[in-house]
Order: sequence, then C-alpha cells, then structure tokens
Amino acid sequence: MANVAFDHVHKVYPGPTVAVEDLTLDVGDGEFLILVGPSGCGKSTALRMVAGLEKISSGTVCVDGRPINDVPPKDRDIAMVFQNYALYPHMTVERNLAFGLRQRKTPRAEIARRVGEVSATLGLEELMKRRPGQLSGGQRQRVAMGRALVREPKAFLLDEPLSNLDAKLRVQMRAELKKLHHRLGVTTIYVTHDQVEAMTLGERIAVMSAGRLQQIGVPQDVYDRPANVFVAGFIGSPPMNLFQGSAAEGTVRVGSFAFARTGVRDGPVTVGVRPEAFRPAADDADGRPRIEALIDVVEPLGDEVLVHGTVDARAAQSGAEEEDAMLLADTGTRAAVTVRLDPGMRPEPGERMPLVAEPSAIHLFDVERGVRLS
Amino acid sequence: MSATAIDPRTLPGETGMVEPRRLAWLPFSPWHLLLFPMALVMLVPLVWMVVTSLETLNQTRHFPPILWPGAFQWSNYPAALRSAPFGRWFWNTTVVTCVVVASNLLLCSLAAYAFARMEFLGKKVVYFLLLATLMVPLQVILIPTFLIVKQLGLVNHLGALIVPNLANVFGIFMLTQFFRTLPIELEEAARIDGAGRLKIFFTIVVPLSTAALATLAVIQFMWTWNDFLWPLVTIFNEQAYTLQLGLQSFQGSHTTEWNLLMAGNVMSMIPMLVLFVVAQRWFVRGIATQGLKG
Repeated sequence: MANVAFDHVHKVYPGPTVAVEDLTLDVGDGEFLILVGPSGCGKSTALRMVAGLEKISSGTVCVDGRPINDVPPKDRDIAMVFQNYALYPHMTVERNLAFGLRQRKTPRAEIARRVGEVSATLGLEELMKRRPGQLSGGQRQRVAMGRALVREPKAFLLDEPLSNLDAKLRVQMRAELKKLHHRLGVTTIYVTHDQVEAMTLGERIAVMSAGRLQQIGVPQDVYDRPANVFVAGFIGSPPMNLFQGSAAEGTVRVGSFAFARTGVRDGPVTVGVRPEAFRPAADDADGRPRIEALIDVVEPLGDEVLVHGTVDARAAQSGAEEEDAMLLADTGTRAAVTVRLDPGMRPEPGERMPLVAEPSAIHLFDVERGVRLS
Repeated sequence: MSATAIDPRTLPGETGMVEPRRLAWLPFSPWHLLLFPMALVMLVPLVWMVVTSLETLNQTRHFPPILWPGAFQWSNYPAALRSAPFGRWFWNTTVVTCVVVASNLLLCSLAAYAFARMEFLGKKVVYFLLLATLMVPLQVILIPTFLIVKQLGLVNHLGALIVPNLANVFGIFMLTQFFRTLPIELEEAARIDGAGRLKIFFTIVVPLSTAALATLAVIQFMWTWNDFLWPLVTIFNEQAYTLQLGLQSFQGSHTTEWNLLMAGNVMSMIPMLVLFVVAQRWFVRGIATQGLKG
C-alpha cells in the first residue's frame, strides 16, 4: 500500500493539445479516490501517467514519496484494470491471473497459492480452465479484477471498469467493489464519467474538466457545495438547474422569482437550484415569491417523480451539458427546469405549477469565472 | 413447438437469418448459376494436367485432347522420377522454401511490429520507401540483384534463392496492418504486468496473430515453391535446381514429354495442397478481440 501524489503534473500531446493541466492531488494510503469528469477531461490520461503508459510532460508523480516519472511500468508495482478488461484471449483464466506473477519470476508454489486465494475471493474457481471468450461480461470483469488483485500491488488503477456491464450488474459490482476495498484497503484510483458511481464509491472525489482539477472533496460536500458552476452542473442526476439571475441591493432575481441574499455584488449572477430543492407552492402561499413552471414531461420513477418543464427565465450554461443529449431544439426564451417530487404527486403535462425554493438551498456563482459566491 | 417444425438453420445453405425469397424452383442461390461455370473454368487446367500425367505420349499429342485416356499410365510417375534427379530438386526446393518462409515469418513480423507499435525517427519515411519498392517489378531489379548475389559469391548456390528473399515488403505491410488492429490495451496490460517488448511480442502479439501469420506463410510458401524466373537466372548447376527449374528440363527444344512433365507437375503440387489443407484451420477468424468487453 502506498500514497500517490501528483505535483503540478502537465500532459501535453503534440499539436499541442493539453490533456492535463497543473494537476496537484494527493491520494492517501488506502484511500479510494474517484477521478470523475466528462469524456476528454484528462482523467484517463492522469491515470495512465500513474501506470506509466503515458509520459509526464512536466511535474512529478510520486508513489510513497518516490518520484516515478522515469520508472518503467513493470517496476512501479501498480496494477490496472482496463475499461475493456484487456484479458489475454489466448490464455485460460488461470494463466491470465498468473501472467503478472510469472513475469516477476514468482516461485511456482507462491503463484499457485495467490491465484487460488484470489479465485476463491472472486468466485472464479469454476472458470479457471476457460478462456475469456467463454466468459460472460461480469465474469470477465471479475477476472480482470483478479488479475490486478493477485499481484498484491501498492495501488490499483481502475479505468471505467464497470462501463461495459449492463445496468443491473453494474449496481451489484459497485457494491462488490466497495466491499472489496474495505476488505483489502489498497490505495485505489478509480476513473469514471458516471457521477452516480463517483458519489457512491469514493471516499473522496476529484472532479476534472478540460484537463484541470475543478474540485476535490468528500462526495456529499462536493454535492452540497460545488466549487464552481461546472461541478454544479456535472455532479447530481438530474443535474442542478442553472439560471441567469441578477443581484441588486441584497435581492437576487430570476424571472419572477426573488429571494434575499446579502454579500452579493450588484450585477448579473448565475443561480443554481437542485431539482429536489424546488417544492410546489401551496395555493395559499405565504406571499413568498414563486416561479411558475410549465410542465412538459412527467417521469414517475417509483420512489420519486421527475418533472421536466420550463420557467420564465434564461438558462445558464455550466459547460457540463451533454450536447448529444439534445433531441429537440432549444425552446429559446424559457429555461428548462427539472423538479424532483414525492412519489404521491402526479402533475399533468401542460399544467402550470408554481414552485418555491428555500433560499438557503440556492447556489450562486460568479458569471465571469464560474466560481461559487458566498 | 410441434414435432413437424423444422429449424431453418438445419436446411443446407441457411444461416437462420431472414433472407430474401429465392426463385422458388431453384434449390440453390441463383448466384451459383454464375459461380459454378466460373469454378469449372478454373478447374479444367488442373484436371487436364492430372489426366495428361496418366496418358501415353501419343495420347497427349492427340487433337482434340483426350480427357479420358481409358487405361491409366501410372508408370509415368516412376518414369518421371527416374528420368531426372527429382529427389534432389525436391530437397532443394524444400530447403529453400522452408528457410524463406521461416525467416519471413520472423523478420517480417518483427519489422511490422516496430512499424505498428514503436515510435522512431523517420518511421513514416522508411515505411513509405518500403511500400514504394512494392511497385518496382522483379524484372527491373533482376540484374542489380543478380550482381549483388554474384558479389556475395552465391550464384549457382541455394543461397542465391534464400538471401534476397529472407524478408519481403508485402509481408511487412500485411502484418503491420494486422498488428494495428490488435487492441493496444492487451500490450499495455502486459507491460504493467511486467513483460518487456520482446516478451510481449512473443507471448501476446504472435499468439493473437496466428491467422495473419498462417496467411503470410501460405502465400510465401506458394511464391517460393513456384518461383521460376529468379532460379532460372541464378542457378545453372543441375544439382542446385529447384523443382520448377527441373521440370523445365522435360521441355526439350524439339519434343516435350508432356505426360512426364505433367506427372512431375502433379508431384510438385502435392506439398502445396497439403499445406493448404493443414493451414486452413488457422485462417478462421482470429480470436484477438475475445478478451474484451462484456
């Protein structure tokens, strides 16, 4: 076990394309750290630099305080699980597991012992004589994990290991991974673009975008207090609603909605409200300002109801939006809004629904720099 | 399912997929009406060769050709073997072909791996120049190559047939393209697992490339086994003849013993047929991608 530290690490590809910019990050001994961000944000590159599969352009990566920039991958004592598992297709499961140990000239008896232990831990005993082509997706995933475990490395690097599994299996494997980490306590860096995985698995999560570290912290803190508008838009599913607002004399306004907030400079401001922070306003509202949503779609999910609609305000961009997710053209002047309701409520599409939000649950961000205000 | 139901996949030529309706009165695809005569055209010379090898010399001279000799002259085969040092030529050809195929597999795959996976100065230029040589026909480089071989003192020696053919650009090109299709993650995983370049090459890349290597082996075998022009230029000594060169000696300036020549041809073809049948199972789709994904 070991700690892994990035110190002002840059990765620049010829072009020049900056993949990772000034990454400074400390992964504690035995910690489970998640690197999360949209595709192309540099998270996989950061991981591959630890593995030694990418050269470090500048800065230092240290394992246990020792710089490893120039140490070849085989001498780093780090194991990696690839997104597509990268099992050797021409070898049986047993030989796949033993491959790394054989390369290191481990004595035969020791190899047999460790392979036996790992296969018992992961329930692979029945599959030892099979080849990867004869395994299901979940079994391949377990073999890939086993190949990393059997080496008893200083650190695990996992590059989106669950993304090729179907949804149900992914949820199960997520729990299994967490259990496994509790049992072994090996330092783990886990890359994912799935922020649900990030929230549920990590002891800390590091959010990356465009090669830069945006925020690092305990998942709940990152969720509750996003450091900037990107993190606000990226973490959370469905994501935070973001509107263009304006502050004047201690009051912030978004369309017809207004609330008091001191310490905010007059001028434009980005306003963020989580879907669950909105509540439908009772008819005899206490005179608090409200915002009226025109409902487009209602999604009953069993334990909650998601309502998608528009409000009379202008949307703000976080930079985390998925362009591909747009099916219908933007509605223009009105801003999209998503509200999470209790399962008992079932508004109808086309209905107008007045919404209120607790001022303390509303996030404000600087328009220019995107950073959190207050 | 009722007892009379038939799984469509059990019918000959059916894949189990829904396919367009065939012409109802044909028990096979209409394409076969075109392909069958074409296959026949390809087969006729082969059949004719085998038939001629079993005829008497007079029958071979008959016009129109006799395609069913009646009595088979099996004695043509021992006669052909006796009339020339066939064993020697067979041995020569086997040595040359085996060495050339083996060295091509080794050298082409090593070079191809470098082009496919390693970064070095001038890689693209060198690769381009290599490919450019593919466009130069043998006739153009025949004399320069001969002069080099002569300088090396290899004329009239089997070395003349081996050394210039130790590696060929086609093999490098073909394997480079194939290696590029192998998932790089397998090699990265092996690197992290502690394997070096050569180890990765021999334990990961080569076993995953058996289909491509077998293809190259068969192609190279065919080229070398059948090569005629280059041996004709460099070998004058009957003891160093290859089969193709030797068979030519049946063709006299006045008469040709066609039946013996064809018997020799049939015998020289057998190793190639055997190789093809044996290597066929390696041609089935590579398993390179089976360790990936779910």
